[in-house]
Amino acid sequence: MQVALFIIFGLLAVAGALNLLYQRHPINSALSLIVVMMSLAVLYFSLGAEFLAAAQVIVYSGAVMVLFVFVIMLLNAGEEVHTRGSKMAYIAGIPGTTAIFCILTFVFLKQRNALGATHLRDSLSGTSSNITEVSHQLFTSLLLPFEVTSILILVAILGAVVLARRES
Amino acid sequence: MSHLSSIQIFLLLTIVKVAVVLVITLTAVAYTVLVERKLLGRMQNRWGPSRVGPFGLLQPLADGIKLFMKEDMMPLAVERPLFVLAPIIALGCALISIAVVPFSNQTLVTVGGTTVDIGQIANLNIGLLVILGITSIGVYGIALSGWSSNNKYSLFGSLRASAQLISYELALGLSLVGVVLRAGSLSLRDIVTSQSAHGALSWNVFGGFQFIAFFIYLMAAYAETNRAPFDLPEAESELVAGYHTEYSSMKFAMFFMAEYANMITVACVATLMFFGGADSPFGHLFDHFGNGLIAGFLFGAMWFVLKVFFFILIYIWVRATVPRFRYDQLMKFGWTFLLPVAMVNILATALALAFIAP
Repeated sequence: MQVALFIIFGLLAVAGALNLLYQRHPINSALSLIVVMMSLAVLYFSLGAEFLAAAQVIVYSGAVMVLFVFVIMLLNAGEEVHTRGSKMAYIAGIPGTTAIFCILTFVFLKQRNALGATHLRDSLSGTSSNITEVSHQLFTSLLLPFEVTSILILVAILGAVVLARRES
Repeated sequence: MSHLSSIQIFLLLTIVKVAVVLVITLTAVAYTVLVERKLLGRMQNRWGPSRVGPFGLLQPLADGIKLFMKEDMMPLAVERPLFVLAPIIALGCALISIAVVPFSNQTLVTVGGTTVDIGQIANLNIGLLVILGITSIGVYGIALSGWSSNNKYSLFGSLRASAQLISYELALGLSLVGVVLRAGSLSLRDIVTSQSAHGALSWNVFGGFQFIAFFIYLMAAYAETNRAPFDLPEAESELVAGYHTEYSSMKFAMFFMAEYANMITVACVATLMFFGGADSPFGHLFDHFGNGLIAGFLFGAMWFVLKVFFFILIYIWVRATVPRFRYDQLMKFGWTFLLPVAMVNILATALALAFIAP
């Protein structure tokens, strides 16, 4: 069951990512990105990280991508145009990304024990609630990064307010 | 059934459950429309639909046949794939969220060695987040329909709808946090159980002191479902029909059904979060009256349906009496009133739980 889900949604994620690059119109690319994010959410869910899956859907597909789509709709962005620079990007980019992908895969596979790899249905799909676990970690061992992040977000909100108010 | 493995039986039973709930929800959607038309009629001193069948009871059927038989027009300038996809997303998202709603007490039925709960399709321990997540995905249906129609009224309608949804979703989510804090869980079943001690007295809206959260939720929910007084996205007087201007026949019907299915979902969530879900308002006073397995299930379902119906009546009542907001008023109300009040409510609930503690 888990393997079937992984294969289906893994392939869907890769197909969505490729479609994102292939599509000319920004709104189609944005929609492909949503497909990728939803497939990732299903993968998290099948690994037993339900809270992460829900957060992925709510934050990324629900909020960030709505904003993307919103901006594309408001600006009525047209199809992308190809210039000489984009041809260069093709020539340099495809081998480049392949190389980076290979290196990353190699590093992750080589160092998986150091990175804390677990086997499927080992520690993640425990019976205890994910949310309890996550919040416990957040408010004990990760308290400082958590608070610093919230201050960062607060600063960002204040910055947005200042920028929005400047004109009037 | 001995030749089936337990996972196959489980799958079959789940499919049956899904089919039954889907049929009931769609019927409820159709009859909500009828109830709305009848009640609006009475409130405006007229009859409402009364010709098709006794008391107009077959009107939804006639409407369905009419919409199905209509010509499906598609303007030439539309973005075809997205134009077709948008109503499917809208209706799909509206119907999916009903899957995590516990509509009756936990009733375990064993068939061929496999036990399923017929009071709910899926009991997830993040049930509430699933509903919120699916609602936020539903925005795409509206946003894409307006954009792909290639029509200025549609675009305005969908921009308004998406902006409104994003703004009010914050207040809506925050208003539910108080309840989650009290229950200590995001599972809808646990939230219902946390309110079941003394009947109506321990419901979150009364005994849980979450009435402020309840009113915030109610107002945000009206905005979320694009209903009056927040029905700016489909304001007839300025926008023709809003985001579904270019849609006809079944595609229009799908948007229509999605709106009413969303109303029902929102009413279900209000029932679960604030009014004790399938619990009787009398608590355990009459437990000896229906203590069989099936009787308990039916009583639970009855209370749940009654509560949901009550919320739908409030919806219709508000629609018939309150005039539409202006757009800037709507945004100001959401951001500068509902959101801060919801935050204060969370703070107060958290402090009360920490210091007064049960």
